[in-house]
Amino acid sequence: MMEVGLGHYLAVAAILFTIGVFGIFVNRKNVIVILMSVELILLSVNVNLVAFSSFLGDLAGQVFALFVLTVAAAEAAVGLAILVVYFRNRGDISVEGVNLMKG
Amino acid sequence: MTADMLSQEISLLLPEILLAGGAMVLLMLGVFMEGERATRLVYTLSILALIGAALLALFGTGGEGTAFGGAFVFDPLAKFSKVAIALVAALTLTLALPYLDKEKLLKIEYPILAILAATGMGMMVSANDLISMYMGIELQSLALYVLAAFNRDSLRASEAGLKYFVLGALSSGLLLYGASLVYGFTGATGFEEIAQAVAAGPTVGLTFGLVFVICGLAFKVSAAPFHMWTPDVYEGAPTPVTAFFATAPKFAAIVLLARILVEPFGGMIDQWRDVVWMIAALSMGVGAFGALTQTNIKRLLAYSSISNMGYALVAIASGSQTGLWALLVFMSLYMVGVVGAFGAVLSMRTKEGMVENISDLAGLAQRNPGLGWSITALMFSIGGLPFMVGFFGKFFVIYSAVQADLIILSVLAVLFSVVSAAYYLRVVKVMWFDSSDIEFVPSAMSIYWVTRMAGLATVLLLPVLGWLVYRAFSVGLATF
Repeated sequence: MMEVGLGHYLAVAAILFTIGVFGIFVNRKNVIVILMSVELILLSVNVNLVAFSSFLGDLAGQVFALFVLTVAAAEAAVGLAILVVYFRNRGDISVEGVNLMKG
Repeated sequence: MTADMLSQEISLLLPEILLAGGAMVLLMLGVFMEGERATRLVYTLSILALIGAALLALFGTGGEGTAFGGAFVFDPLAKFSKVAIALVAALTLTLALPYLDKEKLLKIEYPILAILAATGMGMMVSANDLISMYMGIELQSLALYVLAAFNRDSLRASEAGLKYFVLGALSSGLLLYGASLVYGFTGATGFEEIAQAVAAGPTVGLTFGLVFVICGLAFKVSAAPFHMWTPDVYEGAPTPVTAFFATAPKFAAIVLLARILVEPFGGMIDQWRDVVWMIAALSMGVGAFGALTQTNIKRLLAYSSISNMGYALVAIASGSQTGLWALLVFMSLYMVGVVGAFGAVLSMRTKEGMVENISDLAGLAQRNPGLGWSITALMFSIGGLPFMVGFFGKFFVIYSAVQADLIILSVLAVLFSVVSAAYYLRVVKVMWFDSSDIEFVPSAMSIYWVTRMAGLATVLLLPVLGWLVYRAFSVGLATF
């Protein structure tokens, strides 16, 4: 039976983080997907924090993770609110549409 | 912990407590007392709260020290930054009032969000722990996202808010990922403990985390290559919001970056100096060349801010006490210039409404010499032309870089400064030598005075600066 160590958790977090970053930059469809990618990044950080906290035997990391969860909720709320305002003015939320200002 | 110690610790947070409590009280006041008079009252009280916070930071706290298990620190750096941030936030609020009035955006949320953002900035410059750093940054950012989209019926403003939100959230994510790695490889979130772990010898994981933290904060100060949101957000957001974005948040983020790099990661200067070096050089370059082709004055100021953040990073790259000192002098003088410049942009109002093109300034110096001279002085100062105060800001930055043996970076700084002088001079040239029949309506009193006073300050602050230099070099930099 394989032992699941710190390295495995860090690898999962790194993969989630990379998927999140790529989701923001490569995604050409929809701004909602960007919000989901942001959540993915924050959750990968939480995996990191909790894994470190458990392996170091130090509680600070778990406290940090709780703060991150709370802020992530607030951030999603603000993000969706801005998205609703944008949708009212524009009528769609495709990423290609966000191009009024350039240069 | 005794009650005595607790009250001592709480006294260090008085400016933030005033702002946070003030925001709650003002929100209630605005909700329960409806009508335009209540809104104006909330505005006035918000400005007073910010001035009160600056005074409290100056005189009201019981000395220096750390609070709450070392999560919060009040030292000379934090003190200076808090005073500067609160005052400049109050100034941009006075600039905002007439604009919001004319554009029918006069709502109580504006000053309350500005106060909450200022609270976050106060937490940022006092952060002494990864958790309090993150909470400060997020309090500031969440308030600023909403402010960017404050004109919610405008497509431009909501697009600016959306862009700012997406890139701001990404940068918070990068910063946080870096913070989690730093925590993991040092086993602590407090800056002092991290400094001890760094002194024991840097590891690869720690360097990796530090680079992520630097990238996240570089987004916040809009340094290249993380600058792409800046011109769009500056152009799209309502002008007083842009004025706010260009001043206080930049100051808070750059001071936070300086504190992180010099205090906990001072022992890893060999690792981070090259990163900061690259970011500084790129920012100065992108700012200088990007602005040359701009026609919109808000976009021009956006590129100007990118290039000036490059200079601030040069001061950080020197990594010394002199560098920190130069950073604070440079940023303060730059903020004087920027507040004045945005006051000038807010005076660009014709009978039809606001105009934002540089060509709209044509012939202004003949029709309105007061405004013309002010903009001339402000552009010279931001551009760092001798002998305005902005010149001395850049001078000290380059001096600190030379002291730290960053010769190539200093040469680049001077060269890019010459390139960027071109577009500042273009604005001046359009004002004095071109002609047009665009007539501006007289601006509101607060905008009028802020622009004139900032223009005057770029010259009149010279003796103050001279005294500062004298004091710094005779008494020693450490006392500053």
